[in-house]
Amino acid sequence: MNMAEHIIDINHLVKRFGDNIILNDLSLSVSKGEVVVLIGPSGCGKSTLLRCLNGLEPIQGGTVMLHGEPVEHGKASLYNIRQKIGMVFQSYDLFPHMTVLKNITLSPLKVQNRSREEVTENAMALLKRVGLEDKANSYPSELSGGQKQRVAIVRSLIMNPDIMLLDEITAALDPEMVHEVLNVVLGLANSGTTMMIVTHEMAFAEAVADRVVFLDGGVIVEEGAPKEFFHDPKTERAQRFLKTFTYSR
Amino acid sequence: MDWSFIQKFAPMYVEAAVLTVTIGVIGILLAVVIGLVCALVKYYRIPVARQIVAVYIELSRNTPLIVQLFFLYFGLPKAGILLSSEACGIIGLAFLGGSYMAESFLSGLRSVGKVQLESAESLGLRRGQVMRYIVIPQAASVSVPALAANVIFLLKETSVFSAVSLADLMYVAKDLIGMYYNTGEALTMLVAAYLVIILPISIVFSVLERRMRRAGN
Repeated sequence: MNMAEHIIDINHLVKRFGDNIILNDLSLSVSKGEVVVLIGPSGCGKSTLLRCLNGLEPIQGGTVMLHGEPVEHGKASLYNIRQKIGMVFQSYDLFPHMTVLKNITLSPLKVQNRSREEVTENAMALLKRVGLEDKANSYPSELSGGQKQRVAIVRSLIMNPDIMLLDEITAALDPEMVHEVLNVVLGLANSGTTMMIVTHEMAFAEAVADRVVFLDGGVIVEEGAPKEFFHDPKTERAQRFLKTFTYSR
Repeated sequence: MDWSFIQKFAPMYVEAAVLTVTIGVIGILLAVVIGLVCALVKYYRIPVARQIVAVYIELSRNTPLIVQLFFLYFGLPKAGILLSSEACGIIGLAFLGGSYMAESFLSGLRSVGKVQLESAESLGLRRGQVMRYIVIPQAASVSVPALAANVIFLLKETSVFSAVSLADLMYVAKDLIGMYYNTGEALTMLVAAYLVIILPISIVFSVLERRMRRAGN
């Protein structure tokens, strides 16, 4: 694995909603095989950052590059770029009118024009990997939240993306289901999947991250190896943020 | 009840029913097309076209069909445009129905949440594919009940066609009452004719709705 090869390059990114500056001159790169976890208080811009990486938001300044190709909202080139970026959202976003298998096979069939046989086989193998091979013909309404999110992960994985973007994928889950979903993500990390993860699960962040990026007020306040960041944060703002996750009476 | 009267004039009702259904079906099909176009214009917020559609919808929904028909049949000839009764019926129905259909389609399209669209987009699906595979199937289960109500509403509205001398069911009934005073028989056949036309449609739609609801979740 060549750690110097960049998958994502963000240069001086500026994102505004009206007069509100959400991301302020932000630069960040993600190397192949790297797992970057974005943390920070709500409203700090971490979800917006992921959305910009996938071209879901127009940006007001700077550039976002995937493998040296610009990701631009509203451009035709976006269709090709998006196939290389997997994204899973916080709310269960499976298509309710399709079975699990159809949810997964739709875009490899229609976007990548792969053969139904190969795609189905691939889908079943991936479902097995996340422990849901018996749910292939179920509808999303028959699944628990945790199962839905595992299917959503598979639906992105089957496109063989260069990077997976996970936007608070366990935030809407019941606590007992968080584990099963995060285990899948840990498995992906171990098999070398490049990922950018927004999460509020600090223990998980420490376990999965190669690098932690702490965002506040639209800028990167601190970044570093998870062990250092969580146990010996350098900045006062990061210290204050991490304190909100510990309890004592 | 004078059965011989009914027997004698039933064919006239059949003929009128055929005319009512023919004009109704053509008008409703046109209304569906107009409705779809208007709904897409509003959904994608296409500039200029959007304002035109808004004016059309207000005009169409807030004036009675009989006024629209009078405008077509008695008003337009003053401007040198002569339309047959049949043409007036079809155009009037399409004009009225288009706005109702537009609202039903639009409520369906808008029922599909933003996250659904974004997930579809982020899987690399193109705009047309998102529409075809994600939006329309989900919108249909919301739109179909409203569409069904519109179809039945519009078929019933055809009963004012006689005002522009179209020999529809209402026209035949009024004619017979005027000529023979067999009011009971004439009206009974009128009610029966409308039921024969509309009940089966109503049943087909409710079956369809039930099936879509099952597929929808």
